[in-house]
Amino acid sequence: MDVAGSILSFSFYEGLVFGLVAIGVYLTLRVLAFPDLTVDGSYTLGGAVAAVLIVAGVNPFLATLAAIGAGFCAGLLTGILNTKLRIPALLAGILMMVGLYSINLRIMSGANVSLLREVTSFDIIANLFGMRGGSIAVSIILALAIAAVVFFALNWFLRTEIGLSLRATGDNEQMVRSLGGDTDKNVMLGCAVSNGLVALAGAIVSQGQGFADVGMGIGMIVMGLASVIIGEALFRPKGVTWLLVAAVGGAFVYRLFITIALRMGMAPGDLKLITAVLVVIALAIPYIRKKARREWIPPAVRW
Amino acid sequence: MSAENLLQLKKINKVFSRGTVDEVKALNNINLEVKAEDYITVIGSNGAGKTTMLNVVGGVFPPERGGKIVVADVNVTGLSEYKRAAYVGRVYQDPNIGTAAKMTIEENLAMAVLRGKSRGLRAASNKQLREEFREALAPLKLGLENRLNALVGTLSSGQRQAVALVMATISRPSLLLLDEHSANLDPRTAQIVLELTEMIVKREKITTLMVTHNMELALRYGNRLIMMHEGRIVVDLNHEQRTGLTINDLITAFERASGSKFNEDELLLRG
Repeated sequence: MDVAGSILSFSFYEGLVFGLVAIGVYLTLRVLAFPDLTVDGSYTLGGAVAAVLIVAGVNPFLATLAAIGAGFCAGLLTGILNTKLRIPALLAGILMMVGLYSINLRIMSGANVSLLREVTSFDIIANLFGMRGGSIAVSIILALAIAAVVFFALNWFLRTEIGLSLRATGDNEQMVRSLGGDTDKNVMLGCAVSNGLVALAGAIVSQGQGFADVGMGIGMIVMGLASVIIGEALFRPKGVTWLLVAAVGGAFVYRLFITIALRMGMAPGDLKLITAVLVVIALAIPYIRKKARREWIPPAVRW
Repeated sequence: MSAENLLQLKKINKVFSRGTVDEVKALNNINLEVKAEDYITVIGSNGAGKTTMLNVVGGVFPPERGGKIVVADVNVTGLSEYKRAAYVGRVYQDPNIGTAAKMTIEENLAMAVLRGKSRGLRAASNKQLREEFREALAPLKLGLENRLNALVGTLSSGQRQAVALVMATISRPSLLLLDEHSANLDPRTAQIVLELTEMIVKREKITTLMVTHNMELALRYGNRLIMMHEGRIVVDLNHEQRTGLTINDLITAFERASGSKFNEDELLLRG
């Protein structure tokens, strides 16, 4: 396979997997207007739970389901901290992220778990299609199948009565309450589903790379943010379907840039700084534009 | 209680900032019985307790211990705001509160038809509901029935308030609370919204409490008038007592009942 083809196919795979994180971030940040930092912890949580269960001999697909469940519970707890104990969203996420760090160490009984000698979901798919394990085609088949299920499931869910109530909660909480909607429940559900998806991504990545590591989730929230922002800039989405497309598309473009930069010799350690700067620029542009147009600018948000 | 009372307030008190220098007795032993299909206008100066009373009825915060609120024979005193919404519809002064800007008219109305029902995994809207929404919007004569897919944020504030009014009433709550819902609109739009209110309240036979700053409106609409002052109801006029009254008669009644001089700046004399 030529270089361009391998870069594209690899970014496509990564775009699909990290698209799950982007959709998770999109669910909390854009749908619920809840900036949830649990993501860094729940991504690792998903990887850790899946890896430990697979090593213990559990079916890799069941292990992945368990990872989703663990992420779901983590998100639920973040939602409870915010709605039932009135802890500000950002702080609730930070507290969960920090707490999950210790929990992830406990789950793995150490800083990492190797899956190199284990049979993962990827190996099962490879066997099914009679292909070599670890080939990019296998990775893409698995990632595409999962991303498609998540995409169609959410596209349906956000149009149901509960889904609509969830979206309205992020738009106008007071209105939802005055129409009989339980906004606390909506926030908890949204955070739970979001972190379930993020944990799913962590579970897939750990199986794909052959290990789970306690530091694998660091900066995941910023990466998800970057994907959502890139997607919104490129697709200018209106409506649920296009917002989901934008999240996944944004993740693909982001990973494409990163893969190219790495191939051109960028040190992998610099990746997170570049991502952070990218997000800073994207967030600052609207402010600078307004300032130039001498428009009224609301005070900076502290929480 | 008698079955014909749709709303009953018993010994309702509300104190804000208790135990501080800012302590305010916002509601002072309010007792009120509202018959089914009554349309009551509530008037009073700033700080009289009008909005606090609506907030207590709507469940935004509970009354002090000992108070009791009954709506349609259900004791709702302990119910949170979202549970109470099954019985009580509300339109706020600010159209932005009653509608969700980033959702379409259809999605807003789809939220509203589920008032008091459990929300499940059915599709939030469908062909039959869209037909119902068009029928509810058509009488407004604003052309909104043909713009179901328009984002509510793109509507004018008058149009938004009209949508909010339809949202508050489309699932026929037992009680409708209107909190100066025409005060933020320009005079012409305010007039349209008030006429729509009259039409919907009469057609759906919804028991209504309308808070207003405007004495003329308080006399023109509804069948009973309540005047509040310092957390108490000081004037309560039924339909017969109210018929033929002028704004000056109201001022006299207010001064006699409250024992204080009427401050013209605090109430709008006419619209």
